[in-house]
Amino acid sequence: MAIKLHGQPWSNNTVRAMAVLNEKGLDYELCPVDLRSGAHKKPEFLALNPFGQIPVFQNGDGTVFESRAITRYVATRYKETGTDLLPASSATLKTWLQVEGSQFNPPMFRIIFELGIKPLIGMSTNMSVVENESDKISTVLDVYEAHLAKNKYLAGDEFTLADLNHMPEIYILSKSAKFDLINSRPHLKAWWEDISARPAWKKTAASLPF
Amino acid sequence: MTSVTVYGAPFSPAVSRVLACLYEKDVDFKLAPVDMAKGQHKSPDFLKLQPFGQVPAFQDELATVFESRAICKYICNKYPEKGNQNLIGGRDGGLLARTSVDQWLEAEGQSFNPPSSALVFQLAFAPMFGFKQDPAAIEQNEAKLANVLDVYDRRLGESKFLAGDDFTLADLVHLPNGHILVSKKEDLFLSRKNVGRWWEEISARPSWKKVVEMQNVPQS
Repeated sequence: MAIKLHGQPWSNNTVRAMAVLNEKGLDYELCPVDLRSGAHKKPEFLALNPFGQIPVFQNGDGTVFESRAITRYVATRYKETGTDLLPASSATLKTWLQVEGSQFNPPMFRIIFELGIKPLIGMSTNMSVVENESDKISTVLDVYEAHLAKNKYLAGDEFTLADLNHMPEIYILSKSAKFDLINSRPHLKAWWEDISARPAWKKTAASLPF
Repeated sequence: MTSVTVYGAPFSPAVSRVLACLYEKDVDFKLAPVDMAKGQHKSPDFLKLQPFGQVPAFQDELATVFESRAICKYICNKYPEKGNQNLIGGRDGGLLARTSVDQWLEAEGQSFNPPSSALVFQLAFAPMFGFKQDPAAIEQNEAKLANVLDVYDRRLGESKFLAGDDFTLADLVHLPNGHILVSKKEDLFLSRKNVGRWWEEISARPSWKKVVEMQNVPQS
């Protein structure tokens, strides 16, 4: 069975899964889920993801939900194909994979949801959320800046899953008025320029509506 | 004589998450207090261990690790032969078994943790530290958590534990916030038949009982 990815290209979590598939050079079918008509709450979809959320990944072996479980599964299952995104199971790699999910993503998602996603799905931006969350994420980004001053990539010398998992949100931010959050920090800026120049990322970005 | 140090106090949910994992794996450790009232967590020495200035931090002879869930995974991977060998999908479980654990770990991080942590703060820590409670935040987060627990209840009607037939890290990570919430709002968990059954089982594990005992000892 070919790879199927259920989701939407305007959803940062779906983009995370698309990014890993492209980095591995894997073909897949993007199956759109019509959230507006409530397709994600119907029994057929809940059988794939009981939380009724996108994305969901399927191949011949099984079904996986939660974008970070998907990226980890793809990186492991197809380790020998394309870029090896989990080259060594270091403590640093584990730590920064977790940091993305617990420290970086919550405030960053709220910013890019307001500025990047809401306009695409016909909702209006709440600027006070943007300002609040921008203040919160500044302290987090200062930690990243210090870390990237001593490390080329988050886990050390090589591009890994820890870097990739950050890409959808930063890309969406780069199309907004708040990209200065990254650009005002020289090492974050250099890191983003490096990782977003990867051919696989360019392929992903070209297919997105942002 | 142990090389393992955990920085932080047992009453912190994130610290207790790591302690539960260490007990499950039968790994000896020493606990080093961090005096947050005196700002020790912001001191340059501590920021070298944990650049966000939070607890827990973890150190052994090989590495310094922070983020409680990353620490738990590190312990499981470092000591595959010790204690409970099924926590991250079992020796012969294969990739899909490990992915199921990953999946439910992510669900905890993304869906259970935010509303449950907000409620834990409002119901337990705000009163403890003299902050005013926010009734709107309590109501909103309770409603969000109720939706998540409805999904859990269906899942636990089909599966003994979240990731499958065995107790894994995916269940363990829920113990700290679950423990506090069951003591303050037991209905959330216990009125849902399968969630209630699951909670009674996981909270009865000897490893978790040891952590609760540590929490009840007055810390100087």
